[in-house]
Amino acid sequence: MPAESLIEAAGLAAGYDGAPAISGIDFSLREGQRLALLGSNGGGKTTLLRAILGELRPLAGTLAVRASCGTVPQTEHSRLDYPVSALDVATMGTLADLAWWRRPGRREREAAARALDRVGLADLAGETFGKLSGGQRQRVLIARALVQDARVLLLDEPFSGLDRPSSKRLEALIAELAGEGRGIAIATHDLEQARACDLVLCLAGRQVACGPPADVLADVGVLEATYGGAIVELPGPGGGRAILPPHHHHPGHGH
Amino acid sequence: MLAPLREPFMQRALAEVVLLGAAGGAIGCWVVLYGLSYATESLAHSIFPGLVLAAIAGVPLLLGATPAIVLAALAIALGARVTGVGREGAIAVVVTTMFGLGALLALSPRSPPGIESLLFGDVFGVTAADVGTAAAFAALALLALRLLHGRLLVAGFDRGAAPALGVSPALAEAALLVLLAAGIAIAVQGLGNLLVVAVFVGPAAAARRLSERMLPTMLLAAGLAALAGVAGLYLSYYAGTAGGASVALAIVAVYLLVLPLGRLRAARFGRALAPAGTTIG
Repeated sequence: MPAESLIEAAGLAAGYDGAPAISGIDFSLREGQRLALLGSNGGGKTTLLRAILGELRPLAGTLAVRASCGTVPQTEHSRLDYPVSALDVATMGTLADLAWWRRPGRREREAAARALDRVGLADLAGETFGKLSGGQRQRVLIARALVQDARVLLLDEPFSGLDRPSSKRLEALIAELAGEGRGIAIATHDLEQARACDLVLCLAGRQVACGPPADVLADVGVLEATYGGAIVELPGPGGGRAILPPHHHHPGHGH
Repeated sequence: MLAPLREPFMQRALAEVVLLGAAGGAIGCWVVLYGLSYATESLAHSIFPGLVLAAIAGVPLLLGATPAIVLAALAIALGARVTGVGREGAIAVVVTTMFGLGALLALSPRSPPGIESLLFGDVFGVTAADVGTAAAFAALALLALRLLHGRLLVAGFDRGAAPALGVSPALAEAALLVLLAAGIAIAVQGLGNLLVVAVFVGPAAAARRLSERMLPTMLLAAGLAALAGVAGLYLSYYAGTAGGASVALAIVAVYLLVLPLGRLRAARFGRALAPAGTTIG
């Protein structure tokens, strides 16, 4: 039986105050798939995530979200001076299912503790959120989404500011969660992270391309259109590609 | 120590400051956490014309304070929507207008004597009915804070992610502002228009330096506010200083006493915690 489609967009446009910030979005996210939303800042990655969450109504086209979504925002948006523990933050994921007059009780805190255990942070449940490392904070926010019993996780720039070991650990956790059948959408501007996903959707205000990373990321034209700059081949045994933003272009020098 | 307790006016004043201190201290923790200290001070000053009108009409001050605070809150909300003005600008314009209007009324020939008690409070003049109002407010406020705790926590933590967690940040902030406005309107009687902000900001800012969890911070702030209130009244009783001002100064003294303790604690845990938007006014 083929994996169930969790999110499907066709000709989707979304934006603010009636003006589209993204348009021409066509993709399907299935169970167990990781989708990278690749683009530069302002390319529309967060707008697409907000549309999936239902915070922005489609201005054109259709967007079918067939599963519960949990959001994992950038940890810089959370207040680090806030008087809460990792467990308190994970417990926030239980509120959506509670009537407004009810406070999270023992059952809710146990669910939050299980989710923290699931992301490998059981030992740090009592630690103040702001004292955790960037990677640990990201995992606490993932635990909060898991508490919501989300079948789709929407991660906004989860790797930004993380060192290599933390990135690797987070990548492994995301792969595990996808392995359990969850659909995962990751907004990123990092080509390496995009390469580790099953699908890549390139965004530059509109959809530039969407497909498996081997196809999409091999096309220099797609990357240039996505980043609005020039792609240069890096010399040396490791090789690889770097992106030069437009303001680095020097007329008459060529690349 | 016990002599002042035999005076009925002192009993009422003590009950008033303990009740309003407990509620104001707890509400104040959210005020400080949400960066609303300046808004609190402004709302308090904005009710001045309402207080003066109530004094002229000879009706309870609460009847004048309530419409004035609603009017000020609405004007700030509307002003903040004007492009290029923003919340800070709207608050500054509204508070100046309202306070100016209050001063104009206060200095008019029809104004009764003793108008300075509206500015600096008359905590020894509270009646049994005032204490009853304070008790009802304290009970309601603490119940509301208990019910709203989780939602207030989410909305202040990450406003952008709150809707996805089933919390409306605008509703949470509005609920907090309503509690705050009610608290100011009731506490202004004892502490006065210029000093009432102390009870909402001082104990909370002090408690914030001593605890890294919300509930203990709230309990500490409520306790510190009540303690400072009692200390201020005793000071006033024995030193013959003004009641409202003595309470406000005792609150500031508590904050200053706690400062080194907070530093000590921060050093012990290897990190200084600087609460955002903490001012004392």
